[in-house]
Amino acid sequence: MSKTSKKAIMGIKVGMTQIYKEDGTAIPVTVVEAGPCTVLQKKNEETDGYNAVQVGFYNLKEKQANKPAKGIFKKANVKPLRYIKEFHIDDIDNYEIGQDINVDVFQEGDAIDVIGTSKGKGFAGATKRHNFARGSMGHGSKYHRRVGSLGAKGPARVFKGRKLPGRMGGERVTVQDLKVVKVYPERNLILIKGSIPGPKRGLVIIKDSVKA
Amino acid sequence: MQDIIKSIEEEYYKKDIPDFGPGDTIKVHVKVVEGTRERIQIFEGTVLRVRGGGLSKTFTVRRISYGVAVERTFPLHSPKIARIEVTRKGKVRRARLFYLRSLTGKKARVKEKGRF
Repeated sequence: MSKTSKKAIMGIKVGMTQIYKEDGTAIPVTVVEAGPCTVLQKKNEETDGYNAVQVGFYNLKEKQANKPAKGIFKKANVKPLRYIKEFHIDDIDNYEIGQDINVDVFQEGDAIDVIGTSKGKGFAGATKRHNFARGSMGHGSKYHRRVGSLGAKGPARVFKGRKLPGRMGGERVTVQDLKVVKVYPERNLILIKGSIPGPKRGLVIIKDSVKA
Repeated sequence: MQDIIKSIEEEYYKKDIPDFGPGDTIKVHVKVVEGTRERIQIFEGTVLRVRGGGLSKTFTVRRISYGVAVERTFPLHSPKIARIEVTRKGKVRRARLFYLRSLTGKKARVKEKGRF
């Protein structure tokens, strides 16, 4: 089973900026509007085979919710929410259905992992997609950004998993061990040092770091 | 979305920044830490450029110090900058005064702006 986390929250990436420390150091930060996430359902070992809390996040108009989701919201007796996810959390006994998870579960200085969907890059070549080295751009070289050898002659075929051009980005990416710079509990904002995956307005999941 | 970022930046903005631009001669009061003591050092020179916006806005100042040209770029809203004084307004026709680097002596002067 996957590793459980102590705490987790969903958020929307707002954008990046920089702030200054007292001694004049500029810190690059990503602003995330996180929470409040509402607990919709609790899954436990006996009935579901695993422990998790199902949470919803972000406002949704009543008519935009689809029927299966509406059933979940009705059961939990909450307003419709846009995103529904399950968090595998250590002690689900601390959570009750209908309860809000707010940003203040995280404090300044906490180590976190951020999960998001990276920006789609379309059909990308091997130089960009797999960090292949490129050939010389001048001196009569006609070999610029190509793939290169596909392998040895012996097997008379190309092995599976060969790194080639193809669709890049738009996949789930986790960035580990980022630091929380600041939390604004009353405005549901959290500042994270450095960059996080995904475009602005993209959904991200913030968890406590597995490395901490 | 941009409003949220602006509201966060707002609390770090300096309020007492005088209006200055390229060509102006300014005095930058920089906080310098020496061991445990903190003192103020003044860097005076011509503003070569102002770039960026928001909290990441920076400006570059050029001065000739003992015959050696020194250029320093400061973040405008950095807490290291105690104060900025404008000593002379310059009259220039460019936003970036990089041409001053190749000029020396009397040519490397910037005309003063008149009051009309």
